[in-house]
Amino acid sequence: MDIARSWRQQDSNLRLVGSRCRVCEALVFPQRLRCPSCGGADLADHAFQGGGTTVSVATVREAPRGFAGQVPYAAALVRLDEGPVVAAMLADVEPEEACPGMRVSMITRRIRQDGDDGPIVYGYKFAPEGSP
Amino acid sequence: MKPDRTVGIIGYGGYVPRYRIDSAEIDRVWKGSGQPRGRTVMAVPGPDEDTATMAIAAARNAMAMAGIDPSLLRAVWFGTESKPYAVKPTSTIVADAIGALPEASAADWEFACKPGTEAMQAAAAMVGSGMARYAMCGGADTAQSRPGDALEYNTGAGGAAFVLGPADESLAALEASTSYVTNTPDFFRREGRSYPSHGHRFTGEPAYFRHIRASVTRLLDELGLAPSDFKAAVFHQPNPQFPVRVARELGFSREQAEPYVVSARMGNAYSASALLGFACALDDAAPGDRILLASYGSGAGSDAFSFTVTERIAERRPRGVPIERYLSQSRPVDYALYARYRGKLRVM
Ligand SMILES: [Zn+2]
Repeated sequence: MDIARSWRQQDSNLRLVGSRCRVCEALVFPQRLRCPSCGGADLADHAFQGGGTTVSVATVREAPRGFAGQVPYAAALVRLDEGPVVAAMLADVEPEEACPGMRVSMITRRIRQDGDDGPIVYGYKFAPEGSP
Repeated sequence: MKPDRTVGIIGYGGYVPRYRIDSAEIDRVWKGSGQPRGRTVMAVPGPDEDTATMAIAAARNAMAMAGIDPSLLRAVWFGTESKPYAVKPTSTIVADAIGALPEASAADWEFACKPGTEAMQAAAAMVGSGMARYAMCGGADTAQSRPGDALEYNTGAGGAAFVLGPADESLAALEASTSYVTNTPDFFRREGRSYPSHGHRFTGEPAYFRHIRASVTRLLDELGLAPSDFKAAVFHQPNPQFPVRVARELGFSREQAEPYVVSARMGNAYSASALLGFACALDDAAPGDRILLASYGSGAGSDAFSFTVTERIAERRPRGVPIERYLSQSRPVDYALYARYRGKLRVM
């Protein structure tokens, strides 16, 4: 695992920091250097509130390397209340109970780890709103 | 002990993971009967949870209740004996997640089950000296126990966090705190070992009971208070029986102590155990109530605190999450899933 890369992504991973375009006000997640709407390069950090709605969900039973300890789990596309869509794992819900249209909110969990000697990556997952 | 400037709790929060294992299931696997003495249900962290994630959840709940700018926190101090990294602070992860970095002290405190109350004393001193307006302290643990050991019948998991600040902004003001510490080898874990060792019967009278009686007696003497002056008395909860017994020995009634014994419903969350009981007492408190908190940590020592609840609790508390919401959820797991989630299965 690339330690420098996960370190650069920590603001996004831990606090849902994306970007806001100072020209056209577009909000994007994760952080970008250039606005995908107007192409402008004047962007500021923007922390998303963490609320959202699932757009689609899938159950993962054969996980990529580093995630095997967590199967089975639900993965989802979550539309944040501010607009951007984020791909994330769901938590605190059984995969068979997860469905599109669920209200969810951001929580922080262990996302992956590189064996017993590598760093642990903490990041966002989404749990059903109000759980508990 | 009390700081020069008065200090209190601005916000508090807890977290308990959703999975539960029944001590009857532990007993079924190791003794074959399924009928343990003093049955308990224990919280089990999921495979993606650890001390850092539980501390983050508790810290976010505490910050939501406090309603302060996280950049004003000058310290984020968590106590734990189950650090995700042996070297690398857990508290830096927590402080980052709540947006408190970089102008904050962040460190992990260690004293078996009582580092969270040590951090609370230090945070009170930091605010009380004027070095900080706000400081966060707390405790979180994924309690470890060797498979089949007596400890496995009581080990739980959870976290609790408190934002301390000036008493005139607080929902509960600190009256005083005491510590009573000796060099006692009642329970320990050697470097590099996965599970702790304990002195069996040695852990009761000369350890838990003696130290808590001493810290609480000194606190009551210092403040000139009697047990009847308190609405609630919260003690460390290595099992559901010890806190009720030490309450009785100190002259508190069952009604003052038992409602805040959370360990029957979630096990002993080590550093978070007394703190989650204390959060329950705050969830239940009315302005003017006085609450006693007494931790215990093997090694050994006890920290005792007296807090008086203010009228601010009514507007601030609804912004948090009641501990009862975590306690009343339960997703049972059997021993096999529990062993997998807790990393008790090692494939050589
Ligand atoms: Zn733009």
